[in-house]
Amino acid sequence: MDTIKAIYASLEKVMDPEIPVLNVLEMGMITDVQQDEKGIHIKMIPTFSACPAISVIRQSISDTVSKDLHLPVEVSVDAAIQWNSNRLTETAKEKLRGFGIAAPPVHHGEIEADMLLHVTCPHCGSDNTFMRSPFGATLCRAMHFCRQCGMMFEQFKPLT
Amino acid sequence: MENLIKELVTKMADDALILGHRNSEWTGLGPVMEEDIAFSSMAQDKIGHAWALYRMLQDMEGGQDPDQFAFLRPASEYKCCHLTEMPIGTYEFSLMRHFLFDHAETVRYSSLLESSFLPLRQLAQKVKGELKYHTLHADAWIIQLGKGGAESHEKMQAALDSCFPLAAGIFEPGPDDGGLSDVYPGEKVLQERWMENIYPVLTKAALNLPGEVTPAYGGRYGQHTPYLHALLEEMGEVFRQDPAAAW
Repeated sequence: MDTIKAIYASLEKVMDPEIPVLNVLEMGMITDVQQDEKGIHIKMIPTFSACPAISVIRQSISDTVSKDLHLPVEVSVDAAIQWNSNRLTETAKEKLRGFGIAAPPVHHGEIEADMLLHVTCPHCGSDNTFMRSPFGATLCRAMHFCRQCGMMFEQFKPLT
Repeated sequence: MENLIKELVTKMADDALILGHRNSEWTGLGPVMEEDIAFSSMAQDKIGHAWALYRMLQDMEGGQDPDQFAFLRPASEYKCCHLTEMPIGTYEFSLMRHFLFDHAETVRYSSLLESSFLPLRQLAQKVKGELKYHTLHADAWIIQLGKGGAESHEKMQAALDSCFPLAAGIFEPGPDDGGLSDVYPGEKVLQERWMENIYPVLTKAALNLPGEVTPAYGGRYGQHTPYLHALLEEMGEVFRQDPAAAW
């Protein structure tokens, strides 16, 4: 049990390379952690299926955990669970805002246009904003503009 | 049954690979920065979907390495539809193609949420959420440009007239769609659902569907336009220099 705790503590140090303020646990990317006589088995999921960071993250999990626990680590992609933006923890959303990226609202299985059209500006807190494009610098972000403070900002997209 | 599933997965993968490549040709050339980024992002999504599907094929009996399968087949073994093969042409052509294709993808993946084939059912859950952003993007621009003045409307109508017969080719019947009825509802049903989804958007955009059209069939059986050959030449040029290289 203590080993499992130690693995989770180690995973807290593995950051998302595209959003370096969030670790893989806060991102909701870890779906299972097991240990047996062969070593440690970690299952993870990508945010978007074409996420180019996935192999980097996988390697980073493997390197960090094996260094901390001194055990062989196998990291596999979990096909049974699909990432969706409700998996982001509250802490993660708070940190996102601090990083200048608007957090996705909680969804109930469908993305409605309203969730994208009036996103709260992470700079000034105004709702007087509009979406410039559902696509941005990375697959998981959309571009918005704030009429109040005149700033462009990004939103971590809600994803079902 | 297994062979029929392979046919289905191959045509979906080839569509995604080829259109993904075409979308990427807008990188650096988009009419405005946001569109440049949008087509580049959608290209990335499509290549991701293709990769997931090629891996699914690899996991089936007699499966091949995804890169080898994607880059080293002769053109006659590709199962993509002609719509995906066409050069990017004008922006309005590429936009209309994206609109018609991504709505087709949406009905296809929605139907696969109920598939008896587990790997497709799992992938469908992932892809469906991502496609939502593709159709949102397409619908917004189709409506805006369809109603954007006489010249804009005329260009969009011409794009629809040229794309529509090609898009009808997405739904070329497979060798035995009936034999796959537990896996997905078949091309005919998908085409009907697709029409129900695109019609309201086209109406809002004040665009008219062309009358009788001859669907561009053949792609699903390995008969392609010359554009595919040229594209495959370019796409596989580096890969073929050393197919065993580790990247």
